[in-house]
Amino acid sequence: MRHETLSTILFVFFVAGTLGITFWASRNTKTAADYYAGGRSFSGLQNGLAIGGDYMSAASFLGIAGIIALSGYDGFLYSIGFLVAWLVALLLVAELMRNSGKFTMADVLAFRMSPRPVRTAAGVSTIVVSIFYLLAQMVGAGALVGLLLGIHSEAGKIWTIIGVGLLMIIYVVFGGMKGTTWVQIVKAVLLMTGAALITLLVLGKFGFNLSSLLGEAAEKSGKGQALLEPGLKYGTEAQGIAGKIDLISLGLALVLGTAGLPHILIRFYTVPTARDARKSVQWGIGLIGVFYLFTLVLGFGAAALVGGKAITEQDKAGNTAAPQLAEAIGREIFGEVGGTILLAVIAAVAFATILAVVAGLTLASSSSFAHDLYAHVFKRGNVTERQEVVVARISAFVIGAVAIGLSIFAQSLNVAFLVALAFAVAASGNLPAILFSLFWKRFNTAGAVSAIYGGLVTSVLLVVFSPVVSGAPTAMFPDVDFHWFPLSNPGIVSIPVGFLAGYLGTILSKEYNASKYAEIEVRSLTGVGAEKASEH
Amino acid sequence: MTTRQHDASVYEEIQTSERFRELRSRFRRWVFPMTVAFLAWYVLYVIMSGFARGFMGTKLFGNINVALVFGILQFVSTFLIAWAYSRHAARKLDPLADELRHEVEEKTAA
Repeated sequence: MRHETLSTILFVFFVAGTLGITFWASRNTKTAADYYAGGRSFSGLQNGLAIGGDYMSAASFLGIAGIIALSGYDGFLYSIGFLVAWLVALLLVAELMRNSGKFTMADVLAFRMSPRPVRTAAGVSTIVVSIFYLLAQMVGAGALVGLLLGIHSEAGKIWTIIGVGLLMIIYVVFGGMKGTTWVQIVKAVLLMTGAALITLLVLGKFGFNLSSLLGEAAEKSGKGQALLEPGLKYGTEAQGIAGKIDLISLGLALVLGTAGLPHILIRFYTVPTARDARKSVQWGIGLIGVFYLFTLVLGFGAAALVGGKAITEQDKAGNTAAPQLAEAIGREIFGEVGGTILLAVIAAVAFATILAVVAGLTLASSSSFAHDLYAHVFKRGNVTERQEVVVARISAFVIGAVAIGLSIFAQSLNVAFLVALAFAVAASGNLPAILFSLFWKRFNTAGAVSAIYGGLVTSVLLVVFSPVVSGAPTAMFPDVDFHWFPLSNPGIVSIPVGFLAGYLGTILSKEYNASKYAEIEVRSLTGVGAEKASEH
Repeated sequence: MTTRQHDASVYEEIQTSERFRELRSRFRRWVFPMTVAFLAWYVLYVIMSGFARGFMGTKLFGNINVALVFGILQFVSTFLIAWAYSRHAARKLDPLADELRHEVEEKTAA
């Protein structure tokens, strides 16, 4: 049997299973709290798994393993940023947000500010960040599935994008948060198991001696010892000082962006109490940390056992390094059939990974559209819960359809930078607004609105005029050049701009509401009046 | 929602109470310095990866170099801080938070 056939069969099992869960979840999704927050009845462990499932995208599974395989150590730098970021979420955001919010990121901001301008800003930012991230994932899915299933025609890629998009719409429209969470849990378990299995096989092959694995990787990659040191991909010596500042800029956006990503923030609402939110982040940190340690072995293992040349022949960016490694190690230990089976398993896990992440993003953006923009801005709160949920489902459908259309349009462009941009916007706009509103007494509407728009506009503008959009062979539009900003990552400028905009906006406005601050402070720290889990 | 006005004064009263201020300071005195510390530790790591490559490439044993050990230490510190925070929260924050919550709930229910 060819591995493509087996991959497809495994994937069909995953889809059938998750669709079953989705329809079960749809029957238990009645209220707004069910749709937006899964009834707030997931346990800390379940939500921790779902956090892992939401966060460990194909970019971080196949992408980081590929970067490590081809550029070595620099891929590890990426995973460390992604992991340390969770401490910001754990210490400063998760519990306080669970206690003071309801369904969306904007709930926390609207608590003590003038609701309409703040919800508009937060809603726009949520949708922009989620759609950037979504596009990068879906375009990546088209290319990836093509590679794994051996579909190389344009039409094949387009059908892949449409297929992924339709499944994602079904999960979100019918399953809401409950269905999406279960899809993410199943995916997290599959991904961790698959990655653990390959990691053990690779380590076993090298007698559990990391040093000899690294030595072999350095030799076979064609890069030598440089593979084990920083500097082959980010801030290379050829890029000079600008490249190194760009590296620091990327590092800052990664570490500060996570706690401002709307699809991550809404996960804190799916548990009954702030303490469960804490537990879920701890589970998440454990899973994500162990997973990134696996990718280190996978990446160097691919360099050692597959070799740099064979990887770049399949995909220049190295996205197929992990599946190629699965095949190589399987063949070596269990023979030809073993190689086919392991390759098929890892390819199916990769599809599951993509689906779980895009579903989370669609849910975050459609929830914010329905709850923030439709219910509170357009209708000024005069809607019933039922109407709101209907609108949320319709907007999930519309956003999903728009994302499919945009991804088909963008599929021949290099849009991988959109993930870094989403992190930059989250760190520059959303994070200052959230932190100021939880911790700064004087913070007000003008401050929140300036922080969000200031961070959002600065990040987007700097990226538009950076080498990732024009003026470089790898740019989105390689044939034109209108760039003047030297860095690919705007964080080092846009994050301070976001915080400064929030500060200036606040002190230049007279608005100050001491009693509302008293309420959010007491509620966020003690859990008084926090939304309860719904009963079924 | 009709009790909003009434609630607001309860919250202000709690906010200025001795025990709430104790809770807030236990929380902030742990969380703020720790955030500064782990961010500084992480930024140091990123800066060294950009600007101190000779040092990062120094081999310690076999093919294990400073860069790899420094990276693994970021994992270790992240796991340790997460564990230490939950210990601190369970011992120093949760009991006080529960006490205050019951108090507010009694007052607002009245």
